[in-house]
Amino acid sequence: MKTLRHLYGPIIDNNPITLQILGICSALAVTTSMTTALVMCMALTGVLVMASAVISTIRRHIPGSIRLIIQITIIASLVIVIDQVIQAYAFDISQRLSIFVGLIVTNCLVLGRAEAFAMHNPVGPSMLDGLGNGLGYSLILLIVAFVRELFGAGTLFGRMVLPTIYEGGWYTPLNLMLLAPSAFIVLGLLVWAVRSLRPAQIEQADYEIDADKERQGP
Amino acid sequence: MVDLNPFSLWRRLLALPNESQTKTIAVAFIVATVCSVLVSSAAVLLAPMQEANRAAERQARLDAMIASMPAMAEILEASGVDTLETVVVDLRSGEVTDIDPGTFDARAAATDPAMSSEIPRELDVAGLGRRADFAPINILREGDVVRLVILPISASGYQSTIYANIALEDDFNTVAALSIVEQGETPGLGSRIEEPAWQALWPGKQIADESGSIRLSVVRGRASNAFEVDGITGATRTGSAVSAAVHFWLGEYGFGPVLARLREGTFAP
Repeated sequence: MKTLRHLYGPIIDNNPITLQILGICSALAVTTSMTTALVMCMALTGVLVMASAVISTIRRHIPGSIRLIIQITIIASLVIVIDQVIQAYAFDISQRLSIFVGLIVTNCLVLGRAEAFAMHNPVGPSMLDGLGNGLGYSLILLIVAFVRELFGAGTLFGRMVLPTIYEGGWYTPLNLMLLAPSAFIVLGLLVWAVRSLRPAQIEQADYEIDADKERQGP
Repeated sequence: MVDLNPFSLWRRLLALPNESQTKTIAVAFIVATVCSVLVSSAAVLLAPMQEANRAAERQARLDAMIASMPAMAEILEASGVDTLETVVVDLRSGEVTDIDPGTFDARAAATDPAMSSEIPRELDVAGLGRRADFAPINILREGDVVRLVILPISASGYQSTIYANIALEDDFNTVAALSIVEQGETPGLGSRIEEPAWQALWPGKQIADESGSIRLSVVRGRASNAFEVDGITGATRTGSAVSAAVHFWLGEYGFGPVLARLREGTFAP
C-alpha cells in the first residue's frame, strides 16, 4: 500500500503543477484544445514513466559528476522517439503540437522527477512516481484545456458544443482564452481552489511586509 | 596476461567506484551509444510512414482545392484527365525544365546553394532569405490552352513559415482559389487562415491592376474592392504574411516570368 502512495500522491496532494509549479511552459502552450492537450499528456506521461524506469535501473552506476547530462540524454532520446512515433501514426496532431513534444526535454517536471526520485529509488516505485506525476500533470492540463477550448472556441475535442457566431450560432468566442495569458489565469484560479480546499499546501510567506512608517495620510 | 573476457571486463567496470574517471567516461560513452542507436533506428524505421503522411497531406490539399472550384471539376471531367499535369519551371527564365516533378524536392532545393539563389533584400518582402530556382507547378489544359495554373507560394508568418497554393484562372490575373498547405500560426487566431470560410473569400479577386503592379492584399477589417481580402481580427501579421507571399511569388523574382510567358502564350511544356 505504501508504494501506491507514489501513484496517487502527486495527483492532487503533491501535484507537480499546482503545488510545485513545474512544467508551466507546455501547460500554457498546448492547452488551446483538448485533443492536443491529451496527446501532450500521453507523450509526457510516457516519457516520464520510461525515463524513470531507465534512470532508476542504472542509478547505481551513474557518476555524480555527469548525472544531469546522462539524465537529459536519456530523456531527450525518449522524447525524439515519441515525437517520431506521433509523426508517423498521428500526423494531424503532430502538426498541431509542432515543437511542443520536442520541448518535453526541457520540461522541468521530467528532469525534476528523475533527479529527485528515480536517482534514489528502485524501479517499481520510480515508475509509479513517474506515472503519478504524469497523471497529476495531465489532470491539470485537461482541466485548463477544457476551459480554454470551451470558452475560446466553443468546441470540445473539435466538436461544436456552444454554436459560435461564425457558424451561425449565438456564442461569441472569448479570444483571450486562446492566448497564452489565459492559461495563467485559469492555472492561478486552480491553484487558489486547490489551496482553499487543502490549506496545508499554502506556503509560509518568506517575510512579512512591514507597514510603511513614513507614509502619511490615510 | 591481460584478461580480455568481455564478461569479466564488464563486471570489473561496474565494480569501479562511480567517481573514477574510467567509469565516468565509459558510462557516458555507453549511454550516448545506446541512445543514438535508439534515436536513429526510430527515425529510419518510421521515415517512410512520415513521408507517406506528408505526401498524402499535400495531395489531399490539392484535391480539396480542385474540388472547391466547381468549374474546374467540370473541365477535368470534360478533358478526360483525372488529375493535373505537374511540371517543374525555371523561375529565372519562366521556361519549363525537364526535371522530373516526381523526384524534385522543392523544400530541399530552396536550401541547396546549387539550386537556389539569395533573394535581394529589397525584394524579399516574404522574409524567405533564399528561394529555389525551380518550382513545381500544376497546370490544367483544355486542348492546347492552359485553363488553370496552381502555384505554390510561401512566406514567413508570425511564428511559422506559411505554405499555400494559389490557383489562377486563364487570364492569369484572377484568383480561382487559395489553399493553405501548411502553417503553424497562433491557434484560434492566425491559424484561422486554414478555415474554408476565409479561403472562400479569395476566388474572383484580382492580382494586379491595369498598370501591372500587384495590389492584392489582406487588409484590416472588411475588403472594399477586388484587390482586397478581409483580414482576420487578431491575426494582422499572419494576414500580412499571406499578402507578402502573393506579392513576392507573383512578382518578378517569383513566378513573374512564368506568368508573362503564360499570358503571351509562349509557355510550352
